[in-house]
Amino acid sequence: MSKGTQRLPVAVCIILALVLAIVPLPGWAGPYRPDWAALTLIYWSMVLPRSYGVGTAWLVGVVLDVAQGTLLGQHALALSLIAYMTVKFHLQLRVFPWSQMTAVVLALLALYQFILFWINGVAGIYAPAVTYWGPVVTGTLLWPLVSLVFSGIRYRVPHGR
Amino acid sequence: MVAARTDNAHRSARTPALGLRFLLLAAMSILLLIADHRENHLDTVRKALGAAVYPLRIVVDSPVSLWRWLQETTAARNELLLENSRLNAERLLTQARLQRFAALESENARLRAMLEATSRVRDQVQVSEIMSVSSNPFRHTLVIDKGTEDGVYDGQAMIDANGVVGQVIEAGLLSAQGVLISDPDHALPVEINRNGLRTIAVGTGEFDRLDLPFLPNNADIRKDDLLVTSGLGGSFPPGYPVGVVTDVTRIPQGPFAQISARPAAALNQVREIMLIWPGEEPPPAEIDSE
Repeated sequence: MSKGTQRLPVAVCIILALVLAIVPLPGWAGPYRPDWAALTLIYWSMVLPRSYGVGTAWLVGVVLDVAQGTLLGQHALALSLIAYMTVKFHLQLRVFPWSQMTAVVLALLALYQFILFWINGVAGIYAPAVTYWGPVVTGTLLWPLVSLVFSGIRYRVPHGR
Repeated sequence: MVAARTDNAHRSARTPALGLRFLLLAAMSILLLIADHRENHLDTVRKALGAAVYPLRIVVDSPVSLWRWLQETTAARNELLLENSRLNAERLLTQARLQRFAALESENARLRAMLEATSRVRDQVQVSEIMSVSSNPFRHTLVIDKGTEDGVYDGQAMIDANGVVGQVIEAGLLSAQGVLISDPDHALPVEINRNGLRTIAVGTGEFDRLDLPFLPNNADIRKDDLLVTSGLGGSFPPGYPVGVVTDVTRIPQGPFAQISARPAAALNQVREIMLIWPGEEPPPAEIDSE
């Protein structure tokens, strides 16, 4: 398997996640926007930890910072942290049943939002709590669906390990 | 199982590298955060990265902007269709009205011109329509639809929007006969508006020419001088335009110059004339054009 054929679908997934991260939503839905980039990176870091890890997460985070206009490095730090956790424990995560895996995703997303919250707090940027909890809840609820779609992509396209 | 074993084999070697990489990236993140938050040093970096992210924004915006464009286009089309049907209906209505308005408009313009003359002269006037004109080519007379019942009297002045037309010579009960200033038997006391020089304008039998036969060769009169009524004859109130001098021929061997003028009123084209009651004296009947 050539590297190009295995990277392209994942790259499309990541770009799609970035698009979904900045696509305009109606005002009431804004606080509940799932962390698409985080979900995508959790899945692919768990499944292909040698190809996608902290480096990818960091780059995606920087792009997300620029696209969302947040402090440069904020999403990069948060995403590289959860990518690190995922890669570190990917062997355990792979054998978890889906309910347990969902609980882990909940924890990872909460950690991700806590990093964002913490950096915002240090920088003096305040936002209502729902803006931190909303994405955690919706992201966790969407996780089974997202992992199903990604596994479909993963087993349909050729990939090397 | 093969996969798991491969990963296990690599784990011991990779884990420190992973932690190191993460620490490096985290440190870089924190440096970026500090630089961005404290100093705003990264504006250029942010701008460059923003340019790199721009295609992403286009991708994001394309469905939205397409939808908006479609909405605007269809909305504009609907509006145009509505406007078009509304304008069509309006056009039909307007055309129907216009058939009547064309006649009314010209009549209105004529009446308005007369009213303007009225307001200028401040004499009591009454509009009257011409019923018939003389068939005798050497007599310029006409019959109007107002008579003594309306206060018309012999010798009353008749004008139109542009100037003096003539005077009443025979007032009947319901109609009156008038003579035009171009009648060969008619003479009209006038003065030159420019210098007040008084003379008599005599009809010639031609609708477009008056003669001023009683001015000496050295009289101060020129082409394009305006002739107005002098009011001295008694029947015409002063100040109404009569005509414009068109030709001044000095005859050295004769006592008088030969001077002609063009009447201000369109004598052979008038349809309505105005009867004048000089001064503020109202006519016996009510002023009513119909």
